[in-house]
Amino acid sequence: MGEVKLMKGNEALAEAAIRAGVDAYFGYPITPQSEVIEYLSREATKRTGMLVLQAESEVAAINMIYGAAGCGKKAMTTSSSPGISLMQEGLSYIASAELPCLLANINRGGPGLGTIQPAQGDYFQATKGGGHGDYRLLVLAPYNVQEMADFVKLGFELAFKYRNPVMILADGALGQMMEKVELPPQEPRVNVEYPWATTGKPKNGERRVITSLHIQPEKMEEINIRLQQKYQKMKEEEVRYQTKNLEDAEYIFTAFGLVSRIAMKAMDLGRQKGYKIGWIRPITLFPFPEKIFQEVAPRVKGILDIEMNSGQMVEDVKLSVCGKTRVEYYGRMGGVVPTPEEILENFERMFIKGE
Amino acid sequence: MTHETVFSGFGGQGVLTMGMILGYAAIFEGKEVTWMPSYGPEMRGGTANCITIVSDEMISSPIISKFDTVVALNQPSIDKFEKAVKPGGNILYDTTTTLKPPTRSDIHIYSLPAGDIAVELKNTKVLNMIMLGAFIKITNVVSVESIWKGLQSVLPERYHKLIPLNQEAFMRGYNAVNVDSAVLI
Repeated sequence: MGEVKLMKGNEALAEAAIRAGVDAYFGYPITPQSEVIEYLSREATKRTGMLVLQAESEVAAINMIYGAAGCGKKAMTTSSSPGISLMQEGLSYIASAELPCLLANINRGGPGLGTIQPAQGDYFQATKGGGHGDYRLLVLAPYNVQEMADFVKLGFELAFKYRNPVMILADGALGQMMEKVELPPQEPRVNVEYPWATTGKPKNGERRVITSLHIQPEKMEEINIRLQQKYQKMKEEEVRYQTKNLEDAEYIFTAFGLVSRIAMKAMDLGRQKGYKIGWIRPITLFPFPEKIFQEVAPRVKGILDIEMNSGQMVEDVKLSVCGKTRVEYYGRMGGVVPTPEEILENFERMFIKGE
Repeated sequence: MTHETVFSGFGGQGVLTMGMILGYAAIFEGKEVTWMPSYGPEMRGGTANCITIVSDEMISSPIISKFDTVVALNQPSIDKFEKAVKPGGNILYDTTTTLKPPTRSDIHIYSLPAGDIAVELKNTKVLNMIMLGAFIKITNVVSVESIWKGLQSVLPERYHKLIPLNQEAFMRGYNAVNVDSAVLI
């Protein structure tokens, strides 16, 4: 076993970034994720020479990421909902220019400035593009502090594999809570020469250009087709999810992130009362794990989707099962966290008492 | 077994540290832990609290509203959390600073003059350790030996010379806790 520590999700993510050999962090403080930049400012530069910079705003931070990513560096940022909104323009440019980077959204209650308590209201923004144009982020949803750390290395691997921005979508509770975490070993920062990186014109090579501007519609369509092929490949190769008790399940609870743990507890309580409930947790929100829902839909009586928003992922669940079973949603909004008991109560109201 | 506790007091009294020491101690016993601070718009002199859950199995939600044990380091914490103790649960408070003690008849009520003990020890900063000692005595969530290990992990190395003082404070609290009233479960 590696080094085990008791850490906040934000700190675990920051520590994992140092250990993954990240080259640069650009960010701007916002509750509930300010510990990331605080931790990195204190620890990162002296340990690995990583550049840690507080930008003048989130808009500046994402454009600094654009520049660093263009040089082939491992660059990342973190923020919370209102700050992530400010970054959407830059993300669209980075996705169009096909550059790798990692960002984390420690989702808080919205809309607007909202609250600083945990929420999942940014699911649509994270998985359906967020900025303008036809692009997607690859979205990872951790459900404990261990995954807050683990998804940093995984996120960069995927970002560089697909040359696409990767987002870790967590929530305020995952950022603020402490749990035990087993830390990965320190990896060195390495200089890799990428054929696409703008690091100065090679003596005998072609000029390299990074841009998201293509005036010719035919050229722009070509790029769109390439992007869509890339997203298709993600759907084929990168789907991740976790399941429990599917073998004999008559009902399914599904949720992502922190809520999936609460849903798991609700499942256990339900099984004690004799309800055969199974559990599916999407880990990649884009690409969404459609197939597992397609598989279980014909043999269950219904799926209850639980979220800390007004029902966003439930749309992807419905698209996946395509009418093959009943899909209902239960959730809380604006920073309120549901309890296992209230989930079970609402399951009984909808599916057992037959409302 | 799962034990759900909230430590609550004024900001600066070390309530977050109490939860962290318990958390590390539980890790050393191979248990699962979640530690969740109140992170609202708190201000100096306001209240701070942390919910610490220790369990033998995976913990679902770190945010809960009913507790097995409430550890209250000041009057506002008793006022706020007495009603949040599960029936048959515990509340532990410091008599030194309490004007209105808990009154519920369906919970165990424990107390000790932690503030006075801290004055005897000539260090009011160890109030949290005195209360933590009393907490471990009444709940046995982790062993005293594990608390010593937790203390080592949480205290920065430059403060390790203060470990004996903290241990003394802990044991004073451990031995001083009184049962005000108890219920049959």
